[in-house]
Amino acid sequence: MKHKLVMIGNGMAGVRTIEEILKRDSERFDITIIGDEPYPNYNRIMLSNVLQGKTTVNDININDWDWYQDNHIHLLTGEKVIKINREKKEVITDKDQTIGYDELIIATGSSAFILPIPGSDLEGVIGFRTIDDTEKMMETAKAYKKAVVIGGGLLGLEAARGLMDCGMDVHVVHLLPTLMEQQLDSAAANLLKKDLEAQGMKFLMEKQTAEIYGENRVEGLKFTDGTSIECDLVVMAVGIRPNVAVAREAGLDVNRAIIVNDDMMTSDSSIYAVGECAEHNGIFYGLVAPLYEQGIALADRIAGREGKGYKGSILSTQLKVAGCDLFSGGKIHEDEHTEAIIVHDQFSKVYKKILVTDNKIVGIVLYGDASDGNRLFNMLKKQADISEYTSSSVLSMSGQEGEEDLVASMAAEDTVCGCNGVTKGTIVQSILELELTTFEEVKGCTKAGASCGKCKPMVESILAYTLGDSFDASLQKTGMCSCTPLTRDEVVAIIKEKQLRSPKEVRMVLGFISEEGCSKCRPALNYYMRMLFPEEYEDDKASRFVNEKMEGNIQKDGTFSIIPRMYGGTTTAEDLIKIGEVAKKYDVPLVKITGASRIGLYGVKKEDVPHVWEDLGMRSGYAYSKSLRNVKSCVGSRFCRFGTQDSLSLGIKLEQEIEMVDTPHKMKMGVTGCPRNCAEVLTKDLGVVCVENGYQLYIGGNGGTEVRECDSLTTVKTEEEVITIAKAYVQFYRENANYGERTAPWVERTGVDVVKETLLKETIVNEFVNRFDKAKTTYQEAWSSVLTDQKKREMYEIIKS
Amino acid sequence: MLATKEWIKIMKLSDLPIQIGKEVYVKEKSIALFHLSNGDVRAIENCCPNDHGPLSEGIVSGEYVFCPLDDWKISLVTGEVQKPDNGCVKVYETEIKENYIYLMV
Repeated sequence: MKHKLVMIGNGMAGVRTIEEILKRDSERFDITIIGDEPYPNYNRIMLSNVLQGKTTVNDININDWDWYQDNHIHLLTGEKVIKINREKKEVITDKDQTIGYDELIIATGSSAFILPIPGSDLEGVIGFRTIDDTEKMMETAKAYKKAVVIGGGLLGLEAARGLMDCGMDVHVVHLLPTLMEQQLDSAAANLLKKDLEAQGMKFLMEKQTAEIYGENRVEGLKFTDGTSIECDLVVMAVGIRPNVAVAREAGLDVNRAIIVNDDMMTSDSSIYAVGECAEHNGIFYGLVAPLYEQGIALADRIAGREGKGYKGSILSTQLKVAGCDLFSGGKIHEDEHTEAIIVHDQFSKVYKKILVTDNKIVGIVLYGDASDGNRLFNMLKKQADISEYTSSSVLSMSGQEGEEDLVASMAAEDTVCGCNGVTKGTIVQSILELELTTFEEVKGCTKAGASCGKCKPMVESILAYTLGDSFDASLQKTGMCSCTPLTRDEVVAIIKEKQLRSPKEVRMVLGFISEEGCSKCRPALNYYMRMLFPEEYEDDKASRFVNEKMEGNIQKDGTFSIIPRMYGGTTTAEDLIKIGEVAKKYDVPLVKITGASRIGLYGVKKEDVPHVWEDLGMRSGYAYSKSLRNVKSCVGSRFCRFGTQDSLSLGIKLEQEIEMVDTPHKMKMGVTGCPRNCAEVLTKDLGVVCVENGYQLYIGGNGGTEVRECDSLTTVKTEEEVITIAKAYVQFYRENANYGERTAPWVERTGVDVVKETLLKETIVNEFVNRFDKAKTTYQEAWSSVLTDQKKREMYEIIKS
Repeated sequence: MLATKEWIKIMKLSDLPIQIGKEVYVKEKSIALFHLSNGDVRAIENCCPNDHGPLSEGIVSGEYVFCPLDDWKISLVTGEVQKPDNGCVKVYETEIKENYIYLMV
């Protein structure tokens, strides 16, 4: 008969332990898992990325429902164990079920610690711990503005950044004078604080919260120094409290968490504890890596394998906030036994400190450039002797060699990808068994590097190390997509040289792995072909992303948005009435002024789309395409007291001249009538600032994910010159950027000076303009060309029978 | 519940363009119909298991479709989601008779 193994808790540490047990012996146990959250096991550390909008709840599942079924695990979710009866060896749930066990694992994790102060039970006061908490925060951000995060540690800062990404105004309240004091010294903490402040995060340091006030919902906080702040949401991120109630009641030895030995065994030899609820040598851990190490030790024990047992963990930390690159591991403060090697470049805001005892690294704090973190941390863990290095070279000894040494000395169970819990062993095994040769393949098969991507260099080194001589570095350069190792430039060069005339021919001649390409290269090749041969190549609708294929943006529920062209943000009374009438007729759920100064109709059913276009009788605004979206303009000298030129007319002209033509990615432009810059043109792909004596041109700006201010190009005298240079710039970009690359990274990659020099040479500019004009004549307004083509119209019809 | 499956006449084969999906609504089910470049006609449930994206709008390559919302790659033959993602969608039998497409629903 099979052993009955029961686990209380369905979180990362526990389920990882079960995976390790199944790996060792999949036959021996009849497994039951009881979890109180209504979800399968998900990656809790990725919740801050969900909040920051970088991923979705669906993407953070580690084990889906099928996994439990495939492994014959009996899973009870939304159910809580309320009692352990050690004499009868059974657990009792809040739904009155009694489940017997031979061996029991307690993996109840921890809860967010809620400060025991008045008002902590008000609506709008939450911890940051679960999918429900995360969803509640995202929900709150839709209706409310002001948030306070109590606690300036790792979790608090990630929560604060996430709430800002949800559009909230965020204050972080911290008890101590420096942030993340568990992981950073004051020098690094100050750099971090400055960077976060620059992102718009506000701080209230050395403040202790006395009470939270409000009627039903939180209205604000009062501090012990008498000051206060108003807010609509309070997130407590002051620490975790291990969930030990059931264990304590059962009479197990419990200190702050459940006490375990090196085999993760509690004071009862048939009960084990793992994860955040377990206390080993006086320490309980709240980070993932140690929990995985514990899981391995426990799996060895339960499956009866000879293992090393658990010996405690040295922690390392990274912060998941864009623009704040930090790494911390081991000790952080100097003491009488340590010597510090410090490099502090205040100009480039890079701070690196390692603490050394007896020629061995015992602590690491990096800020601004954390790329050496994993290498140094491994030296720390292996207690490597650093006496052969000069003091500062150990800090800067980066590159392949260091990384490969590091990889060679790693144990198979060492975690490489912390986000997805992938070990070196798993990676090596899949490289060998599945004959993988590139990072992309490893990522595809193991998920290593698929989330934050920080471990990519290490995965590549493992590839090199595992494959030895057969490792082909040339394969590692990023090809266009997984179908080919060739880069965009190589592909385009061969198409030109061999005069290939169809994407199919390109894929065949260049030996693409997939005969019909993939969702990455299909649209890219279609673009390159039309860019190279505007007059000969016929656009392939089947190679366009849904938005460009359907000439509208698909929404999350499968409906579409319709945004007509409004040159320069202008419209007329007649058009406004028409839009209103159409919105009513088709019951459009949302009518909104868009970010690009136009009016959008959102939530139009697919089959209604052509009818809405027809009734509107307007041009497409191309709000869905990789081409010019709009030219944002202020009213300029026609009405404004400060306007120096007629910026509105110029904006309209520019939009008319550039519209419709495919570009590698979307383009946004702006023309503003004076240096007050009401049209916000300095973060556009092309910005024009009108001044008394002419027009200043700016290029390569971006106001999106990675904000980049434009570079100044030149100043010209006339509107015609503006149009000429704009066309040349767009054509230069069309011919040279990777498909999907905005002008900001392209300008940076190409070099601002190169772009400038090119666009200031008259002969080259004229050639670009000629080629652009030639391309432009091949484009027809999108919506009317669908309406007049029965075949294209049919794409919007749904067949019902 | 007992449901009887039957062959249902859908549309003319020649009206279904190659590599551009068609949304078909039969017996309260939304089905994505595809005409592959090798001539085959395939039909799957019109709903990506991850985010319910309408698969009929996805890019088709060989015997696979890419979800238009999250880029999951799904086999039009087996309905299986390709690695590194997991899951599957329902597959419907198709038949061509006298230039008409029939679906077993």
